[in-house]
Amino acid sequence: MRNELTSTDTLGQPFAVELQGIWKRFPGVVANAGADLRVSAGTVHAVLGENGAGKSTLMNILAGVYRPDAGQLRIDGEIHHFRTPADALAAGIGMVHQEFRLIPSFTVADNVVLGAAERIVRRSSIESAVGELAERFGIATEPDRMVWQLSMGERQRVEILKALWRDAQILVLDEPTAVLTPGEADELAAVLRHMANDGRAVIFISHKLQEVTSFCDEATVLRGGKTVAASLSVESTDATELAGLMVGSSPAISERPPPGQVGEELLAVHKLRCMDDRGLPALDGIELTVRSGEIVGIAGVAGNGQRELAQVIAGLRSVESGTVCLTGEDRTFASPRQRFSAGLGYIPEDRLGVGLAPRLNVIDNAILRTYRDHCRGPFLDAESATAHCQDLVDRFRIQTGPLFHSIAGLSGGNLQRLLVGRELRGHPSVVVAAQPTRGLDVQGVKAIQDLLVAERDVGAAVLLISEDLDELLTLSDRLLVMHAGRIVAEFEPTTAERRTIGEAMAGHLDGACVIPEVVGP
Amino acid sequence: MNEASIIGLLEATVSFGALLYLAALGEMIAEKSGILNLGVEGMMAMGAVSGYVVALQTNNPWVALAAAVVAGALIGSIHGFFTVVLGAEQVVSGLSLTILGVGLAAYLGRGSVGRPPGAELVPVDWGLLSDIPWAGPVLFTQSPFVYMAVVAGCLSWFILWRTRLGLAVRAAGESASTTDAAGHSVAVIRMGAVAIGGGLAGAAGAYLTLSLTPQWQEGIVAGRGWIAVALVIFGAWRPGRVALGALLFGLTLALKTRLQTFGVEFSPILLSMLPYVLTVGVLVVISVRSRKRPSPAPAALGVAYRREER
Repeated sequence: MRNELTSTDTLGQPFAVELQGIWKRFPGVVANAGADLRVSAGTVHAVLGENGAGKSTLMNILAGVYRPDAGQLRIDGEIHHFRTPADALAAGIGMVHQEFRLIPSFTVADNVVLGAAERIVRRSSIESAVGELAERFGIATEPDRMVWQLSMGERQRVEILKALWRDAQILVLDEPTAVLTPGEADELAAVLRHMANDGRAVIFISHKLQEVTSFCDEATVLRGGKTVAASLSVESTDATELAGLMVGSSPAISERPPPGQVGEELLAVHKLRCMDDRGLPALDGIELTVRSGEIVGIAGVAGNGQRELAQVIAGLRSVESGTVCLTGEDRTFASPRQRFSAGLGYIPEDRLGVGLAPRLNVIDNAILRTYRDHCRGPFLDAESATAHCQDLVDRFRIQTGPLFHSIAGLSGGNLQRLLVGRELRGHPSVVVAAQPTRGLDVQGVKAIQDLLVAERDVGAAVLLISEDLDELLTLSDRLLVMHAGRIVAEFEPTTAERRTIGEAMAGHLDGACVIPEVVGP
Repeated sequence: MNEASIIGLLEATVSFGALLYLAALGEMIAEKSGILNLGVEGMMAMGAVSGYVVALQTNNPWVALAAAVVAGALIGSIHGFFTVVLGAEQVVSGLSLTILGVGLAAYLGRGSVGRPPGAELVPVDWGLLSDIPWAGPVLFTQSPFVYMAVVAGCLSWFILWRTRLGLAVRAAGESASTTDAAGHSVAVIRMGAVAIGGGLAGAAGAYLTLSLTPQWQEGIVAGRGWIAVALVIFGAWRPGRVALGALLFGLTLALKTRLQTFGVEFSPILLSMLPYVLTVGVLVVISVRSRKRPSPAPAALGVAYRREER
């Protein structure tokens, strides 16, 4: 399966990027164990792999963020030893990280020219220069706007402009579509193609097969820090084959679980209004109910109030008007703790930061909700806390190092299992899950989905907010679409057409696609 | 309250304002790069004593000023070393620096207490300008330090907001990893900013012993370093607003000794609280406004940066 090691491509040109036998260890984790990658100029090259396969680490090595413990790095055939990101930049490598490296309080233009500006910075001249550059590559942007005012898609374009501003010949994008709406993703694909046609090499890190097959020319698959397939032609490779390479065994294709036993109404939201972080209306009269034994899915383009809806139900955002009832009681003004006691499990979309505390250890994170149960008088009972944590780790099959180590070393999938495990362990009657499978690998997604379905089957009311329409169609018993802070349509997931749902998500409502509530047990 | 005493009050306001402004500018530059330095009081004390002692030795006020700047920069660099290179807690290191600077200054200056100054920086004579009624005495017969403060303010605005270097400094204070990824060395930027900040604090200290007082005594800085720290917040990290704040806080310092002569019954102790009360007020305003827009404080202020942290 592995090609012969060569240092030139089929045309006899040296590869734009050639990584050979890269090793990188972190405390307790081997992120790269002899990974290889060869990318030709003028192509869009996918680096595929599940979470924890070592994709991001490998790319950070290419970008000079990490230094490899062993291995060789060639750019255009020449060996380089990057010691800082500046070295990689100088060699023509631009990286768009998953977490954007942008300064919110700076303008777009300032962000683009940072590190590559003239000695004296003239506002008007850099703004027009950035505008011209954007135009040349078909990127829509406003150079004088502050980055904090931009959407995620717009911010990503600023990141790409940064690389182009330095005339990067090699552009690395780490999971670029994770923050984009489907339409924005297509625009991105067009920009990347534009760059490849310009003779640049584009490296596209992803675990979404569909994007890889539609955006990319070649694919390299990583598994467990090693390259398991190098530079496969995407055209002549089947998507299932790629999936097989990623997981090492055929992936479980999600089937629709049999419906549950629907019972009484456990979550009811009535005429709910709230503001977003900028003080603008985020929810505009939300009406929804979730009954015992059903999963209600919320679809929508990011930024239409889904985040705020989850936060309001969890008690993390204040309400302007309207009510939130949990298990039949009005809990609109209850504290998060009161809601937890009333049987609410909350899986926030920000896994680290809101869901888990990155610097605390596994045990402390495991008892964040229930630490009062692990006390002896005013003191924490370490034994009982450890036992509780060990139980979570075993039951939810979380792969961790020592429990008293910080969770910073855990992979995304294991972090999510820890979080979901903590929230679901006491079988809450209402579960609010916001983007619970985002960024997880195939097995991780399946595990989390199964847990949600299992909760539903024992009678929980599950509100599932997701940007993955396939997931929603698979799991939901009812599917609601949010747009501009309102529920604009309801669909029967088994019969709904994706196109119609898409139109509702985009806010193009003729009234025709709104299905009256006819769902029964 | 006659004309002369009002002119005297305004003159003192500008003098004290410039003193605070020099120190606050230094702190602002350090904070813009992401390093909170609570050692201003200590750096000022070291600048004050170094300037004074060197003036005694050399009788040259400019050499003395240079010595004060270097001393401030050096002791500031201690803070830089601990916080930037070693990633130490900035509040702890800054507080230690104040204790160290004040104590060391007292030790170094113990032989110079009460001695007549070796050299002074005398007020600049601007010729005709100095003869203008009101403006002449208030603005144009001031110590060279006042004009240095004005120049330093303009320069720091220009460098921070109109040059590549300034963009990098501000970026380091907003997000170190972004700045690093953009190819600037965060450590060099921050060390440089802290050292320059120390130099300006040293100059402010020298202003006390070479021009304002001019004498050395223990505790001569008398908490003005802390006012400078508050002033940076009051001025929302902008040189222009910090200048306005410096004049306002300078007025409170100038009033303190003159209240009685004006026949006003007001406790000078309460008056010296005023800068801090005003700063708390500004903090409240900032945090209320921050609901809609990012706070003017550098986002990475006080956060150490290590590259390979996962």
